[in-house]
Amino acid sequence: MSDAAPLAQVTAPPRGPAAGEIVPIVIFAGFALIPFAAAFGAQAYILDLFTRVMIFAIAALGLDLIVGYGALVSFGHAAFVGIGAYAVGILAAHGIDEALVSLPVALIAATAFALATGAISLRTQGVYFIMITLAFGQMAYFTASSLAPYGGDDGLTIHVRNAVAGFAVFENHRAFYYVVLACLLGCYLMCRALIVSRFGRVFRGARENPTRLATLGFDVYRFQLVAYAVSGALGGLAGFLLANHTEFVSPAYMSWPRSGELIIMVLLGGLGRLHGAIIGAIVFLLIEEWLSGVTEHWKMIFGPFLVLVVLFARGGLMGAWDQIAARVRGKAS
Amino acid sequence: MSEPVLRLDDLHKNFGGLTVTDGVNFAVEPGELHAVIGPNGAGKTTLINQISGLLAPDAGRIVFCGTDITALPVAARAALGLARSFQITSILPGFSALENVALAVQARSGSSFRFFGRADAERALNERAMAALAEVGLGGRADVAAGHLSHGEKRALELAIALAMEPRLLLLDEPMAGTGRDETERLVAVLARLKGRFPMVLVEHDMTAVFALADRISVLIYGRILASGAPDKVRADPAVVAAYLGDEME
Repeated sequence: MSDAAPLAQVTAPPRGPAAGEIVPIVIFAGFALIPFAAAFGAQAYILDLFTRVMIFAIAALGLDLIVGYGALVSFGHAAFVGIGAYAVGILAAHGIDEALVSLPVALIAATAFALATGAISLRTQGVYFIMITLAFGQMAYFTASSLAPYGGDDGLTIHVRNAVAGFAVFENHRAFYYVVLACLLGCYLMCRALIVSRFGRVFRGARENPTRLATLGFDVYRFQLVAYAVSGALGGLAGFLLANHTEFVSPAYMSWPRSGELIIMVLLGGLGRLHGAIIGAIVFLLIEEWLSGVTEHWKMIFGPFLVLVVLFARGGLMGAWDQIAARVRGKAS
Repeated sequence: MSEPVLRLDDLHKNFGGLTVTDGVNFAVEPGELHAVIGPNGAGKTTLINQISGLLAPDAGRIVFCGTDITALPVAARAALGLARSFQITSILPGFSALENVALAVQARSGSSFRFFGRADAERALNERAMAALAEVGLGGRADVAAGHLSHGEKRALELAIALAMEPRLLLLDEPMAGTGRDETERLVAVLARLKGRFPMVLVEHDMTAVFALADRISVLIYGRILASGAPDKVRADPAVVAAYLGDEME
């Protein structure tokens, strides 16, 4: 299969299990061990940072599902995160701080928004799809900004994290960290199962040749809409966790630069491989954290870095990794 | 006479001021291989596109197995058993040859809204896909990415995809387009084997292939059916010879 290498740059064909599994295993083992390593350092800070990383990784994972496997570039994905977060915030404002209530509400609200906006957006293609999802995202942003009873522009403070069946599990930062990790792992495994399922095969095929899929008898639109809804639900889950993490919700969660950041995470890690989105979220947020500590003009350094990655590592960081791994393997044999 | 598999009633299609389908009446009988020939620009592919649903006719009716499908979308027509191949190869380049065909099998066997379980491990799908690949001579190339197949192999794959749908009618739009002599002969042999198993509409420029395979030939010129009938009758028709075959047969 030596001739499969050039193709990997264009699309991401399903790869064999053995070689491709190392990176995800390392990622999840790393996440699992970080709280122990953190015990020797600034524990609260590191736990806090990586909780945030994993939450954004969930949203990036959802985005990679539709961008990487369906070529549906959604530029309004922050809206789903925001809707999930507001579900927690608004319920909390009414004294409901039970996760068994707020989580389903967050998921249902994000999914419903995805179905309603996707039903319209998916009638369009390419640049028009990007623009219309951006428009819906901004619509959600301005709606949240005008929610005067819930803080409007200023956002809304959540005074106590959600309880789970009455137990204050989320208040323990280490327990919350592992809850987020479990969510990330669950979402990752679910997405992997999804893309190799019957459904996923049709969805991936639709990216390659929608006309062919239609002449086979598949109503491509329905498959794309379901994938879009799943992607939105993952955003909603990320929002639910984010609100509990920051104990605050704000319209800024939904603003278009946030949507752009999610796209950058996916591109940075490498499209269409799922764990690429997780790597992207890790690298993006760690660089942001580190550089913003060095200088307030950190974006002037981060911008050129992104340009370099896009120019020299077409498949993102995971694409570069694959090329290096292939070269090492070539030398060894 | 039994009900035809496909019937076109007075079909019309204009692109702006250009008439590409001009009152076409056309029928495919059960088991028949009906060839459509004509010069470039005669409206052959436009006709196939209207039958498969990629283009909507301006007027007229398309009846498939007794159902009026004139207003049905592409996917619904395919679900009724209308399969087609494309003049310009239309496959999934990133999928393996086997997966291209297995997807076609999947389309005709149970729901595809299944979210768990590996599709590429479903024996029933893979076995039927392998059978279709073997039928067109691609049995040994199942694991190759479709984008990496040779042109002739892609044409064969295109045919295997259509076969795997177990269609009630096969629309073949220039299946031999761009293939070399050996490959053409191989494809003609495949089609000869399939003849009788499915009714087929064959659009083709290769007259040797057409006269070797067709039960009936319709000649399309400027969007009109000039002549229709048994190959010998069409070959002898002075109007056809004057308008088209004269050049082609030399």
